[in-house]
Amino acid sequence: MEKITGSEALLRALIAEGVDTIFGYPGGAVIPVYDCLYDYKDKLKHVLVRHEQGATHAAQGYARVSGKVGVALVTSGPGATNTLTGIADAMMDSTPLVVITGQVASSLLGTDAFQEIDVIGITQPITKWAFQIRRPEDIAWAVSRAFYIASTGRPGPVVLDFAKDAQVGMVEYAYKKVDYIRSYQPEPDIVPERIQLAADLINKAERPFCLVGQGVILGNAERELMAFLTRNDIPAASTTLGLSAMPSDFPLNKGMLGMHGNVGPNRKTNECDVLIAIGLRFDDRVTGDLKTYAKQAKVIHLDIDNSEIGKNVPVDVKVLGNAKRTIPLITALLEERKRPEWNAAFEPDAREEYEKVIRPELYPESGYLRMGEVVRKVSEAADNKAVLVTDVGQNQMMGVRYFKYSQTRSVVTSGGLGTMGFGLPAAIGAKFGAPGRTVCFFTGDGGLQMTLQELGTIMQERLDVKIILLNNNFLGMVRQWQELFYHKRYSFTEMENPDFVAVAKAYGIAAREVRERAELDDAIREMLDHEGAYLLVADVELCGMVYPMVPAGCTITDIIMGDDK
Amino acid sequence: MTTKKLYTVIIFSENIVGLLNQITIIFTRRQLNIETLSVSPSAIKGIHKFTITTFADEDMMDKVVKQIDKRVDILKAYYNTDEDLVYQEIALYKLSTDLFIKMGAVEDLIRKYNARILEMNETCVVLEKSGHYDETQALFDELSERIGVLQFIRSGRIAITKSKVERLSDMLAEMERKLEGRKQEA
Repeated sequence: MEKITGSEALLRALIAEGVDTIFGYPGGAVIPVYDCLYDYKDKLKHVLVRHEQGATHAAQGYARVSGKVGVALVTSGPGATNTLTGIADAMMDSTPLVVITGQVASSLLGTDAFQEIDVIGITQPITKWAFQIRRPEDIAWAVSRAFYIASTGRPGPVVLDFAKDAQVGMVEYAYKKVDYIRSYQPEPDIVPERIQLAADLINKAERPFCLVGQGVILGNAERELMAFLTRNDIPAASTTLGLSAMPSDFPLNKGMLGMHGNVGPNRKTNECDVLIAIGLRFDDRVTGDLKTYAKQAKVIHLDIDNSEIGKNVPVDVKVLGNAKRTIPLITALLEERKRPEWNAAFEPDAREEYEKVIRPELYPESGYLRMGEVVRKVSEAADNKAVLVTDVGQNQMMGVRYFKYSQTRSVVTSGGLGTMGFGLPAAIGAKFGAPGRTVCFFTGDGGLQMTLQELGTIMQERLDVKIILLNNNFLGMVRQWQELFYHKRYSFTEMENPDFVAVAKAYGIAAREVRERAELDDAIREMLDHEGAYLLVADVELCGMVYPMVPAGCTITDIIMGDDK
Repeated sequence: MTTKKLYTVIIFSENIVGLLNQITIIFTRRQLNIETLSVSPSAIKGIHKFTITTFADEDMMDKVVKQIDKRVDILKAYYNTDEDLVYQEIALYKLSTDLFIKMGAVEDLIRKYNARILEMNETCVVLEKSGHYDETQALFDELSERIGVLQFIRSGRIAITKSKVERLSDMLAEMERKLEGRKQEA
């Protein structure tokens, strides 16, 4: 059999796994792989980012919109440590990633060699699996195992730490797909009795309410979900990461849950008699105070991850399994029902929220631009079909609240880790993952500057990403907390910012600043019609607030709707 | 409120480098102190067994074991209370030969504690005793009081379940059955 280098074996294994795009950054301990990549340019698209953190976030964006595994390739030492934030983010948000880090030669391991760091040791707490490849013979096995683990069950990040001698060593390459690991059962067995118990509870329920998490999207179970809801006429709301599993205009979609979620869903959580949670982990930003959360309801929890069930909220019926399979089994046992009164009960809450929060945010008659109005106008100008990417903070909450979704996998945001700086590189990855879709990235002046260097990646790749900067010269979400809970002591949240339009122009990216409401529509049209990347700097009100808000640690129905409380 | 008690966590894993770290970080993150730890090959070739004791409440124990179980290279993790187990620790005691001989009534002591003399030379005597914590501790306390102990070491707990069900073997058989089923489908 023909022998090839370990580096070539890696690339062939990646291709065998269906990889077409890699986000990476070369360095000393990974040069052999890059040398080999030079010959594989036609088969593997490599995107040169400007910082390794960007490589992981781009891979995340790619994975989230495409459903495929995102791949990042970096060097050892600082290259590897720079990926940690992205790896941790992917772990929290169940994003399938394979991060390949170069490593010094195995003879140097443990000697504090130049750019040596214990990658396995520092990534074990934030990965689904981490493995060091020390011998070229292990490459094909390790790569296939990595993709199998990253993409199956509850997805997550995997690190392959690739020693330099394994990169240059020669090996007889034989690829064999891993689809079984004795110690790993990606999908738990479905227990029919639990399906029956769940269906019985729902059939008997007067006020069932469904919480939709990202597990529905990860399991490609969107249709199954909507058939389930429709059959029994069950109102539903999403976590932030579950958004776009149902289209915004789906009649049973009552909005978003949690701290800045919609009023109806949060109130009804504590009024329903049966709470059906699908593919979510009852994050504290969703539940508020657990001691007062949904105490009146019987809780049914569907999840693929046994460790999530009962972790935060006690569960009456646990339904383990892939939502794609468990949901239809329950649906088949459900009575066809109409629940007009219960569904109508969400309307007064929705009206109250509209009057107190949404209308003033979306249709202000005077004053500075509002964040929400910019988001909604962009969404509508793109026919509510674009991919929404956000950074973290007020831009994120305004983005997810006011953007509208007509197809699944339309939201890319850092949910669990809340990583500022996530957005710009994630938007780059999202564009590669969904090249046919418009990608609208909303950010703030703080988060944009955390990974601003990725404008260089956009420039080099001639990438068509629409960047909307909601600029208030503040770290707005922290400022909001300071205003509400820290006596308006704005400790280090005000920012003196550069001329963002000039920055974009330096990178050859079209840009425009808009301050007047009368100009907004025209500026958005110009951005969307422009071929290529565009930065729209919207100078929004300095002290904008994201409402409604459930203060951290409060009961989920303790909702602040505005300045009057 | 919840009460803490001593649990014995038994974990079966593949024999792969770095597994101990994967397990201990799960304890560390929840501020759980590992009281004892013992690692060895199990009865099944290629499968390692970890025996860990820790003080926790049952809810915490349940969550920790689920997190351990979730790791890819872990075959299965369980938690047990003392009632479920036959368990043992072993302790070694190094004593001064002079004092040991002068102490007198050595035979009584050895019989009383069911201890053994492993080594004896001009300077030191090494005793061995296995048993539960209280038992090895009692010998230590008595020796400390009477002649002083030069060195003392107690192993981590080792444990075997009393249950009739062999959980790991049953699980492996089930996995094999499923794999066969899949092969036949394909």
